Amino acid sequence: MKQLLILSGKGGTGKTTIASALIKLFNAKAYGDCDVDAPNLHLITRQNTKPIKNHYYGLPKAKINPKLCIKCGNCIQSCRFDAISLKKIYTVDLYACEGCGVCGLVCPRGAISLEPTIDGELMLYKDKEEVFSTAQLKMGSGTSGMLVTEVKKQMKSAAGDENFAIIDGSPGIGCPVIASLSGVDMVLIVAEPSISGISDMERIIKTAQGFGTKIGVCINKYDTNLRNTRNIQGFCEKKGIPFVGKIPFDSEAVKVINNGSTIVDIECASGVAVRKIHAKIIDIFKI
Amino acid sequence: MRDSMGVEEISMNIAVLSGKGGTGKTLVSVNLAATAGESIYVDCDVEEPNGHLFFRPQDIKEEKIYVKIPTVEYELCDGCRKCVEFCKFNALAYTGKNLIVFEEICHSCGGCLIVCPTKALTEKDKVIGKIQKGVSRQVVVHTGTMNIGEASGVPIINKLLEKNKKDPNKLTIIDCPPGSACIVMESIKDVDYCILVAEPTLFGVHNLNMVFELVQLFNKPFGVVLNKCLKGENPAEKFCLERNIKILGRIPFDDELGRMNSSGNIVVRENEKYKFIFSSLLEMIKSEVQNEAASNS
Amino acid sequence: MKIAIPVDEKNMNTKVCISFGRAPYFLFYDTETKEGLFHDNSAAASTGGAGIKAAQMIVDNKADILLTPRCGQNAANVLKAADIKIYKTNNISVKDNIDAFTNGKLSLLEEIHAGFHGRGGN
Repeated sequence: MKQLLILSGKGGTGKTTIASALIKLFNAKAYGDCDVDAPNLHLITRQNTKPIKNHYYGLPKAKINPKLCIKCGNCIQSCRFDAISLKKIYTVDLYACEGCGVCGLVCPRGAISLEPTIDGELMLYKDKEEVFSTAQLKMGSGTSGMLVTEVKKQMKSAAGDENFAIIDGSPGIGCPVIASLSGVDMVLIVAEPSISGISDMERIIKTAQGFGTKIGVCINKYDTNLRNTRNIQGFCEKKGIPFVGKIPFDSEAVKVINNGSTIVDIECASGVAVRKIHAKIIDIFKI
Repeated sequence: MRDSMGVEEISMNIAVLSGKGGTGKTLVSVNLAATAGESIYVDCDVEEPNGHLFFRPQDIKEEKIYVKIPTVEYELCDGCRKCVEFCKFNALAYTGKNLIVFEEICHSCGGCLIVCPTKALTEKDKVIGKIQKGVSRQVVVHTGTMNIGEASGVPIINKLLEKNKKDPNKLTIIDCPPGSACIVMESIKDVDYCILVAEPTLFGVHNLNMVFELVQLFNKPFGVVLNKCLKGENPAEKFCLERNIKILGRIPFDDELGRMNSSGNIVVRENEKYKFIFSSLLEMIKSEVQNEAASNS
Repeated sequence: MKIAIPVDEKNMNTKVCISFGRAPYFLFYDTETKEGLFHDNSAAASTGGAGIKAAQMIVDNKADILLTPRCGQNAANVLKAADIKIYKTNNISVKDNIDAFTNGKLSLLEEIHAGFHGRGGN
């Protein structure tokens, strides 16, 4: 299965807007949302079926058995994450607990154990036509990289012999992004023509190059800063990275998205630009 | 502490959050701090700090941030591998010859030291990032930066916020990381008020909901700033009205504002129009914070 | 000589798994006895440091060689420290790769990628 991943570095560049349009244009029968912290793709793709849900378990977290606890305080002293406090009984703050197990080590009564904790939900939408894999990480959770891997795995196994999939990646440059990149053939980087946008784009490119993935760059809302747009194009040319197109800021896009449709569902400037990008991707990535 | 008019000053630690990146958190934080006269700006988005790109602070004092990482005394290690078996993060491996510590994966919990029967493991300091303090006109700018690939920005945020406690009566704006993960929670722990920045899109609302849940979980008083407002229906506004959430202000979508901001300019220092928008917003926020403080005392 | 290969299923007709650290199983194949043993990869369920844990497993099972399509930096460090050489698989068939290796047709894995850091914590 050939996978096209859409990344942006900085959030808010329009990754999901563009991903949803490309899913329409490619008529992709398998797609996934790897932005597990704040999944948005389902708001546009609007599934008809109910999803198959599965709990996602992250790192097990500490649990103190009040019946065995003798209130010696060893656990509080040795916890380096300030995750244990004494209210009426010794309690673990599940948001702060990192599951290291040190409290269990130092407890003289074996009152502390590590219990599996639900860190999020995996959702799979599957009907005769298509497969959509997504997930929602619980607030405060830290295990997003692994959940991203689960989303992709779920998509791949449900998609059977589908030969092409599009993945809406996570923003940022950290673990979930790296987990998204694994095993992917091509990456489309959506860049924003701002100082922070450019800096993030450069970091993502470096990471993707380390995986030997094919890379293409496009600019969204390019006319909000023409100078930075030129800088980005120059950078791509210098580094030999295919520049696949640029999309103007389009207030129609906001309206369309708010109605839960894609920018290629109506006639609008951003839709026209994405169609050109779609053609360029087919050409460059030989899909 | 009383101000020049003899009015009791109250603590004003204000966090600026959003559920997703790109909504205008930094735009709002930077410009509120700049418009306030004397203020403190703290950039807690340690993975990708952007505030300093706008402030370009001078007279920078830097401090490195460390975490403790285990280190092996090879002569004392007898290869029992209790540490490898214990480590929940798989940060240790034993190859038959040597114990290897994977520093970037280590969470500095100290557990391996405790299980080692021969005391072969001790701890050393490892730099994971830095904090910088500088000034930009009347704004004291604190920036935290985490080195790429490190496990957690929490120790950096802790240090940043600790440094800040020296000036409890100055207006402090805390620019938070996007989302609702652990580092965001750490950033808002001790604040008096939260500003949620929202954009008028379907995605924006979905993510606004996340931080809305977060501030309620932490019992923080909060209000919303609607950014990039266009004509027509604003789903974020609707969200707030439906839930009786205080709307602190509306920043219009504005080409010029966008261009200036994307070039790294502090818009309130460039143009009277924006200065007015942000100072009105600041006044509204101050009065909200005062009301909250009054109703809680 | 003992060869380790990350695989998708527990049978000799299975495919080579594209991931090393999170492969569901490892095949340990003895070139002299021509016997293969399948082990579950406990690292696959780790929230982080999967490559390291998987590499530790390869070391503990006394493999001499690893055949894999990819390998991360951390896992490679463990294997290198244990003098286990890493060769790049050239297709998905386990049998083909074993044959290719014994005939000296596989080359050493050159591109080691950055750690995934798909770990727990923040």
